[in-house]
Amino acid sequence: MKKKDLGLLVLILVVGLGVYLQNPLFLSPNNIANTANLIGLFGLFAIAQGFVIITGGIDLSAGSMIALLGVLFVDIVGNRGVPWPIAFVIVIILGLLLGLAHGLLITRLKMPPFVVTLCGLLIYRGVARGYTGDATAGFPFGSTYPGLDFFTARIYGVPTSILLLLVVAAIAWVVLHRSVFGRYLFAVGKNEEAARFSGIRTNLVIGAAYVICAGLTALAAIFFAMYTRSVSPSSHGNFYELYAIAAAVLGGFSLRGGEGSIIGVVLGAILLQVLQNLVNLLGIPSSLNFAVMGTVILVGVLVDQQWGAYRARRLLAGSARESGAKPTPPDPVPER
Amino acid sequence: MTAESADAAQQESAEPAAAQPFLRLKGVRKSYPGVQALAGLDLEVRPGEVIGLVGENGAGKSTLLKLLGGIAAPDGGTIEIDGVSHTRLSVSQSIAAGIAFVHQELNLFDNLDVAANVFIGREPRRFGCLNIVDTRRQRAAVAPLLDQLGAGFSPDTLVGRLSLAQQQLVEIAKALSQQARLVIFDEPTSSLPIAESEKLLAIMARLSRRGIAVIFVSHRLTEVQRAADRVVVLRDGRLAGRLTRAEISHDRLVKLMIGRDLKVDYAAPKTARGGVALALSGIRTAAYPRQAVDLDLHRGEILGLAGLVGSGRTELARAIFGIDPVHGGGLSLDGKEIAVRSASDAVGHGIFLVPEDRKATGILLDFTVAENISLPNLDAHASNWIVSAGSERRQAEASRGELGIKVPDVATLTATLSGGNQQKVVLAKWLAMQPRVIILDEPTRGIDVGSKSEIYLLMRALADAGVTILMISSDMEEVIGVSDRIAVMCEGRISGILTRAQFSEENVLLLAVGNRVVP
Ligand SMILES: Nc1ncnc2c1ncn2[C@@H]1O[C@H](COP(=O)(O)OP(=O)(O)OP(=O)(O)O)[C@@H](O)[C@H]1O
Ligand SMILES: [Mg+2]
Repeated sequence: MKKKDLGLLVLILVVGLGVYLQNPLFLSPNNIANTANLIGLFGLFAIAQGFVIITGGIDLSAGSMIALLGVLFVDIVGNRGVPWPIAFVIVIILGLLLGLAHGLLITRLKMPPFVVTLCGLLIYRGVARGYTGDATAGFPFGSTYPGLDFFTARIYGVPTSILLLLVVAAIAWVVLHRSVFGRYLFAVGKNEEAARFSGIRTNLVIGAAYVICAGLTALAAIFFAMYTRSVSPSSHGNFYELYAIAAAVLGGFSLRGGEGSIIGVVLGAILLQVLQNLVNLLGIPSSLNFAVMGTVILVGVLVDQQWGAYRARRLLAGSARESGAKPTPPDPVPER
Repeated sequence: MTAESADAAQQESAEPAAAQPFLRLKGVRKSYPGVQALAGLDLEVRPGEVIGLVGENGAGKSTLLKLLGGIAAPDGGTIEIDGVSHTRLSVSQSIAAGIAFVHQELNLFDNLDVAANVFIGREPRRFGCLNIVDTRRQRAAVAPLLDQLGAGFSPDTLVGRLSLAQQQLVEIAKALSQQARLVIFDEPTSSLPIAESEKLLAIMARLSRRGIAVIFVSHRLTEVQRAADRVVVLRDGRLAGRLTRAEISHDRLVKLMIGRDLKVDYAAPKTARGGVALALSGIRTAAYPRQAVDLDLHRGEILGLAGLVGSGRTELARAIFGIDPVHGGGLSLDGKEIAVRSASDAVGHGIFLVPEDRKATGILLDFTVAENISLPNLDAHASNWIVSAGSERRQAEASRGELGIKVPDVATLTATLSGGNQQKVVLAKWLAMQPRVIILDEPTRGIDVGSKSEIYLLMRALADAGVTILMISSDMEEVIGVSDRIAVMCEGRISGILTRAQFSEENVLLLAVGNRVVP
């Protein structure tokens, strides 16, 4: 675990402790399970976003995609009677195809990721609303789907979503931090030209990142749909892409690409949910929700950067002492 | 220049040499984690003198210049300017003291014109508080500076349109406009072709005649010999020696730099060259779509590729390596036609390219030395797609020994290495794999004489082992010393191929400008 991640963990624990002291309900089994479930759901597509951000790209379409795929899943299971495992596969494949489309537009046609996924944000939301005529998609009254309960089940009180997140995070960690593909992601994000000159198929690597991102988002979409049970296409998943981006940034990802860690983004997702919880439990008007979150992200990133600069100074002073010199003020930041 | 003015110039330059130093460094030290870049250095600079600063890669030359330019702060010692001593300089103090820094990587805005670049941050204003940039005055002020430098472009040219050499002139014009008393250059000629370097050296002499001191770093020792009034040699952050104009000689410089004598060894081939390995037939590049290049590269030979800047050599290399699409023609390897549509195709066929621009395309500055070296060959360092850090480290250690990469640990970030050591990492990255054909684009740019010699031996060993080497180089000595044959390019076509018996500087230059060689 990196120092940076450790700092984030400490922040989570401090905030958690603060909330607990104000309202002991924070640590009640039910609240913990609820929060864990949300962490599982949001964590899934935050990791997804991480894969794209590491390449220096961004996926703004996540929230709309969650709405569109959620509507489709509920509709084809509830209204068209398709068995849920088949619907599950269809939705995941659809997600992967959307990701592939993003990837091809970005790598083959050289469109900026911001533009491609911004259009995705608008298009998927529009299609989702058009598909149901702006009506809420839900399961017919009184119907039950054995098996589907899995998505909302709790195993010994632990929600399946958080278990899934643990598995996905573990795999993602190995892929990003230990595998050849992960190294290529970092290389492409840092300097695409140099990566290409090293014989790396940069288009393939970037394209794959968008496919992975959309695939994981599709998985999250199904969980969200089952969590809310009914999907209202105009509000479902609104702003969720921003939660994912915020989690990644809190977790140490650089929006310029080439920097970030899986542990960081998961901790970022946890912190955001703890904050949500804080707003609820401390009786802060929920209209202030975003304001609280924005402030904490701002302060968190600020502290992190100041801390990094402080450590760099300490390191320099330390090496100066080693060589028998007195420490001097740090080098000014090179001018760009 | 008339005899008279040359005379006058000489008198002028003789005078300031006796002048008092206006800048004095006393016992300056600077260390970075794991390295002592400067270990107590003294230096005096007098008006109008041209000081050549030489030393091995990582000796501390750039560090010294950074202290003067206010970009880094010393850990100890003093910097005395006009009798006032400082423990450190900030960038603005340095500029105010009349020190102008022409960086190795130029700091220009290529989206702005020349005049705007010269005055960046100090724009003349009009209309009082409206703060409108007075572009007319700006241009009027820059035009005479450009004239003085003999620059053939106007103040409203976009900097992005200028060649590297011309961009350097813009930097120098900026220095002149700031009333500089000392201009420092970090390897100003390393990326310039010979003719342009000559011009730059002449400009340094001109500055010196006006009483402006010059410090320049160079690994081209002939250049140092010609241009410097005196030479300061660094070794491991210490002063290894000073030479006055009369004492400067190639052998003496080398001995002070590396601490022993060195004869650059261009090993002769041990084996006769083999059959054709890579054949280019009718290759057309985007730069010169109307010229088709045919060229046979034999197994085990080092083919030098000479030519002026802009003759299409780099474009040809990029096309062979699959970076740029070819506009016609094809490649065959060992008699079989091959399709190379991407760099990864080329690597798959065993064709490698060491690119000329190391920061943009050669290495990842934010990766460690070990990660950079393993990058093109990561599959070989992985089992089941998981990278083995141990295997990477072993490879990097081996390369470090072989090429003499000066770095405290192979897990160091490449960004902190000195320029020459970064170049060695670029070479190590490709030499660590088994190439069939390797294209080296300016392979020894910024590398010190001792290491150059090692690299030449390494290239010869590869060739003797059957590897085909295409070496693009603007260093005449290198092309003639290392190559088995020299192909010369002129405006996109091969204007001639020289065999060993025909090697001469004159012949290469004749072909480079498109003339025929008289046998
Ligand atoms: N920012 C930095 N962080 C850590 N080490 C550094 C940094 N800058 C320079 N060094 C180290 O200081 C030493 C001197 O570097 P410097 O750049 O001055 O060498 P140089 O003489 O200019 O070499 P070259 O001829 O290769 O350009 C090197 O060992 C280098 O690795
Ligand atoms: Mg240097």
